[in-house]
Amino acid sequence: MRMIFAMAGLVLLTAAGAAQAASTQADFDAALAAANTAEKEAATLKNRWTTTEQALAAAKKAAAAGDFDTAVKDAQHAEALAKASIAQAKEQDTAWKAAVIH
Amino acid sequence: MLRVIAVSIAALWVAGAWPAAAADAINPDADFKAFRDYFTKKFPKVPLNDFVNGPYSMDAGLRKQWEAIEDFPPYDFAVDRGKQMFATPFKNGKTYGDCFANKGIGIRQNYPYFDEKSGEVITLELALNRCREANGEPPFSYVKDEMASLTAYMAFTSRGKLFDIKIPNDPRALAAYQNGEKYFYSRRGQLNFSCASCHVQSAGQHIRTEVLAPALGILAAMPIYRSEWGSMGTISRRFVTCNSQVRGVPLEPQDENYRDVEYYLSYMANGLPISGPGARP
Repeated sequence: MRMIFAMAGLVLLTAAGAAQAASTQADFDAALAAANTAEKEAATLKNRWTTTEQALAAAKKAAAAGDFDTAVKDAQHAEALAKASIAQAKEQDTAWKAAVIH
Repeated sequence: MLRVIAVSIAALWVAGAWPAAAADAINPDADFKAFRDYFTKKFPKVPLNDFVNGPYSMDAGLRKQWEAIEDFPPYDFAVDRGKQMFATPFKNGKTYGDCFANKGIGIRQNYPYFDEKSGEVITLELALNRCREANGEPPFSYVKDEMASLTAYMAFTSRGKLFDIKIPNDPRALAAYQNGEKYFYSRRGQLNFSCASCHVQSAGQHIRTEVLAPALGILAAMPIYRSEWGSMGTISRRFVTCNSQVRGVPLEPQDENYRDVEYYLSYMANGLPISGPGARP
C-alpha cells in the first residue's frame, strides 16, 4: 500500500514538472501567430477590443524580456479575447435588430 | 395549384406584403416616429426642443451649473478662432465659404447629407477637409483643434435652425441609413455596450457622476467643449471616445460607419434646433 502511494506521488511530481516546463521562443511564436490571426479577423470585422491589444503588447514585452511563460500566457489570453470579439461581431450582425425601438 | 401558390407569393412580394420582407424593410419615417415617441413618452416633462441640451434636459442640478457656465462659455474661443479661419483665404485666394452653399453660413442643420454623385454620406467635418484639399491645403485632424473651431463657428451661425436631413430615394442612401442604425444598436467592446445601451435604454441615468444624454438630438450641440477633455471636440472625437469607453478599438475618424451613424442620428433629430457649439461635463 505504501509502495502504491509512493509511486502515485512520483507520477504526480513528474506530471507537475512536465506542466511547469519553461516555455520557449517557439511556443511564444506559435501563440502570438494564433493571436494575431484572430485579431486580424476582428479587425476585418471592425470590432477589435482594446484589451486584446493590451494583452498582445504585454505578450511581446514579456517575450522581449525573455519571460516566455508570461509571454505565452498573455498571447493565449489575447487570442481568447480576439475570438470573443469575433463572436460578438458575428452575433451582433443580426442581433442588433432586436434592440431597435419600435 | 402550385402555379397559384407561386403567383400568390409573387404578388405578395411585389405588393410589399410579404411578412419577412416587411420585417426587414428599411422605413426611416416609421423609425423616426418610434424614436421620437420613445423619448417623449419616457420623459414627458421634457419639452421636445430641450432634448438638444442633452444631460441638462435630464437633471435640474446639472442644468443650473450649465446655465452658470453659459455666462462665460468655454467654447467662445473656438467660435472666434473658427470665424477668423473662415475669413482667412487659402494660398490660392479662395475661402471655406467658396466650398459651401450660402458661403457656409447657417448651413450646419443640413449636415450630414447623402451625396448621390459619390454614393456616400458627407459630414461637415469631411466636407471641410475636402474643401481644404481641393484648394491645395493639407487636411486637419478630425477630432479637435482647428476642425473643432471651424465646426464651432459654423454651428454658431446655425443656432436655432432646425435639422433638415434628407434621405434621397436612392437604395445606397437607404443602405447608409440602415448601416448607421445598425452601428448605433450593435454591441461592441469588451464591455458589450452599444450606443443605445447608454443613450436609449439608460438615458437620464447616472454612470458614475455623469448623466447619460438621450440619443434624441444628441448631435445638435456638437462640437462641444468637454470639461473631461479640457478642450473642444468634434463629433468624430465623441464617437472615438465612446468606442474606447466600452473597450473597443476606435475606428478611424470619418470611417464609413461613423459617418453613417451620424447620418442616422441626425435624421432622428429632424425638426430639432441646432444648439452648438455646446459645453458638457
